[in-house]
Amino acid sequence: MEIFVQQLINGLTLGSIYGLIAIGYTMVFGIIGMVNFAHGDVFMLSAFIALIFFLILTTWLGISSVVLALFFVLIIAMVLTSLWGWTVERIAYRPLRGSFRLAPLISAIGVSIFLSNFVQVAQGARNKPTPPMVQDVIVLFQGESGYNVALSYKQVIIMVVTAVLLTIFWYVVQKTSLGRAQRACEQDRKMAALLGINVDRTISLTFVIGAALAAVAGTMYLLYYGVVSFTDGFVPGVKAFTAAVLGGIGSLPGAVLGGLIIGLIETFWSAYFSIEYKDVAAFSILAIVLIFMPSGILGRPEVEKV
Amino acid sequence: MNAPSITTTAKTNTVSRHFDMAAAFKDALKAALIMLGLSIPILVYKTDQSGADLFLTPRWGLVAIVCAIVFGLRLVLHAFTASRAYRQATPSPHQATEPVHAMPSAFQHVSRFAIPFFVGVAVTFPILVYLIQGGLNESRYWVDLGILILTYVMLGWGLNIVVGLAGLLDLGYVAFYAVGAYSYALLSTTFGLSFWICLPLAGILAAFWGVILGFPVLRLRGDYLAIVTLAFGEIIRLVLINWVDLTNGGAGISSIPRATFFGIPFSSGEGGFADTFGLEFNGMHRMIFLYYLILALALLTNFVTMRLRKLPVGRAWEALREDEIACRSLGINTTNTKLTAFAIGAMFGGFAGSFFAVRQGFVSPESFNFLESAIILAIVVMGGMGSQIGVAIAAIVLVGGPEILRNLTFLQSVFGSGFDPNEYRLLLFGAGMVAMMVWRPRGLISEREPSVILKERKAISGSLVKEGHG
Repeated sequence: MEIFVQQLINGLTLGSIYGLIAIGYTMVFGIIGMVNFAHGDVFMLSAFIALIFFLILTTWLGISSVVLALFFVLIIAMVLTSLWGWTVERIAYRPLRGSFRLAPLISAIGVSIFLSNFVQVAQGARNKPTPPMVQDVIVLFQGESGYNVALSYKQVIIMVVTAVLLTIFWYVVQKTSLGRAQRACEQDRKMAALLGINVDRTISLTFVIGAALAAVAGTMYLLYYGVVSFTDGFVPGVKAFTAAVLGGIGSLPGAVLGGLIIGLIETFWSAYFSIEYKDVAAFSILAIVLIFMPSGILGRPEVEKV
Repeated sequence: MNAPSITTTAKTNTVSRHFDMAAAFKDALKAALIMLGLSIPILVYKTDQSGADLFLTPRWGLVAIVCAIVFGLRLVLHAFTASRAYRQATPSPHQATEPVHAMPSAFQHVSRFAIPFFVGVAVTFPILVYLIQGGLNESRYWVDLGILILTYVMLGWGLNIVVGLAGLLDLGYVAFYAVGAYSYALLSTTFGLSFWICLPLAGILAAFWGVILGFPVLRLRGDYLAIVTLAFGEIIRLVLINWVDLTNGGAGISSIPRATFFGIPFSSGEGGFADTFGLEFNGMHRMIFLYYLILALALLTNFVTMRLRKLPVGRAWEALREDEIACRSLGINTTNTKLTAFAIGAMFGGFAGSFFAVRQGFVSPESFNFLESAIILAIVVMGGMGSQIGVAIAAIVLVGGPEILRNLTFLQSVFGSGFDPNEYRLLLFGAGMVAMMVWRPRGLISEREPSVILKERKAISGSLVKEGHG
């Protein structure tokens, strides 16, 4: 029972990180129908940006409050990663509108290889550990066998930040003109353009928002694991994509739901079955979901247009 | 969609005769500023580890150089587009009066001579190297490089069947390579089977896996199919790592029997290759044999592909690539067509895999990661998906290029002594894939025209035909 509750907490934490990344996949897929394969690497890049700024803020500028430092790091990482997201869209995806169907995916794979190796060349191939940031835990209750169910502060921070940012994001998509434009483009890009919506700008903004949320996920990932390397984009990226597909690609609540489910499955699988095969589990879910229920839990079934 | 606009001539006057320096300058400055933003902090500060702590080393000089390069490139790009726009806007005196002939592309002229030339060079390569380097041992490096390149040529041709001909994006091709390699490794170490028995078995097993993995994904659209094949490829690799009883896990399988010359081992003793043929023993004999082996396998792949293209199944692949829905309406069984493409592509991957195992004498799961799939895909993409000679050239340039660059010592004096082009190889691969999709989606040397022609060959280059969406 104690293990179950503990794993539930861990799974929800991991799931919020996946959910944040999954939104980037699902929004881009919804609006231009492409799998942004490079999104996982944008996430990894943002973790590096967060790491470097955390070091700058704490060691050079001498900010001693970790929470304050994290807050600044989060803002800076979001801004700079957005710039990356925007540039990638501008260079690698925008010229491909109207090209053949697989062109954007191949281009995205190219971007993914480029980004991970760019980070490798710029920062070196080793794992980069951070000094532990937040270490305190709250003991929720003590089990009979002496097994404590603990909720660490960093898990609280991760869940709270995720919840707050998702609320802001939800508000933007549902209530602002930007969100309306975005949803319009998602439904019918040509019609939206006729009605005076700047489609290119809306698509760019989609990438910017996706990258910013990936930056939040990257910062939280760094906070949670305390280590990042240039290869860290691939597997979390695939898992987040799995989450997006599981939740129903194109559906924003679906992405968050899928993220939480994938996070829970991963932690429970590691706890109860085998930790070696946890990635096999994730990849199998991806294959099974894509083959048997490609429209996911909350997605609309896709109609094939001739 | 992209019909030439009627107002081209009217626009002539509006295209400015002079190059708008100020605007180009401003735009280049903007690009450089964006580059500056991108390089903060990932390029500006390098994290180095000392003990448990990380510390930062600033590199503003490098960033300044990078931004200057971006600025310069952007300016050159502006000048280029401006001059092109000017050329296009100025009507040539012959333009309207002469009928436009659809000329065969320059490549088609060249290819008549290029293909025999390439095959000739490939066949005589060890001899050429021997003559140039002046000895068997001196030519070891070059023959080894030749083997490496040919392995990628073969893999590229194998994947080309799936991606280039059938239009199915397979991101897990390396799984079949792994199946082939492990088939040979396990069959030879457990049952003591020879390479010549294992080679077809490895091909059959890989083809079998191609069908097994291909079958569930047939219903999927292009990009979903790609992701599922990626997932399968990763699952196979992870199983190879974790199924320690069978595969010895991440440590890999070592001491795999070496190739023999049709039963005669390349050993120094009695009854060895050198002894039988009355030669002086040299380890290079085996290398040269391996070179010709992979050359034969690669040429076999090419030959089979070229023949298959002319068969109904090959035409069905090409039709499937162009438009799946039209293909289905014409009564082509898309399931079988896709499965044969998967199986045959996988079979050649399996051959290449068992060659890899016999060459290395050692296999481990790390040789079969996603990056390897991506490299093979990059070769196919840059060769112009569907073009056989293009794939070969791409493999030579992409695999051989960095090796040759590494040996150019003057580059080290320019970039510093620690310069290793192999570090930047994947960076260039990634950028190259993007550039290819943006500028030449059909590949640098695409000659992807249909294999079947009615009456006469009309030289419509593949890049002029808009691809169907299906």
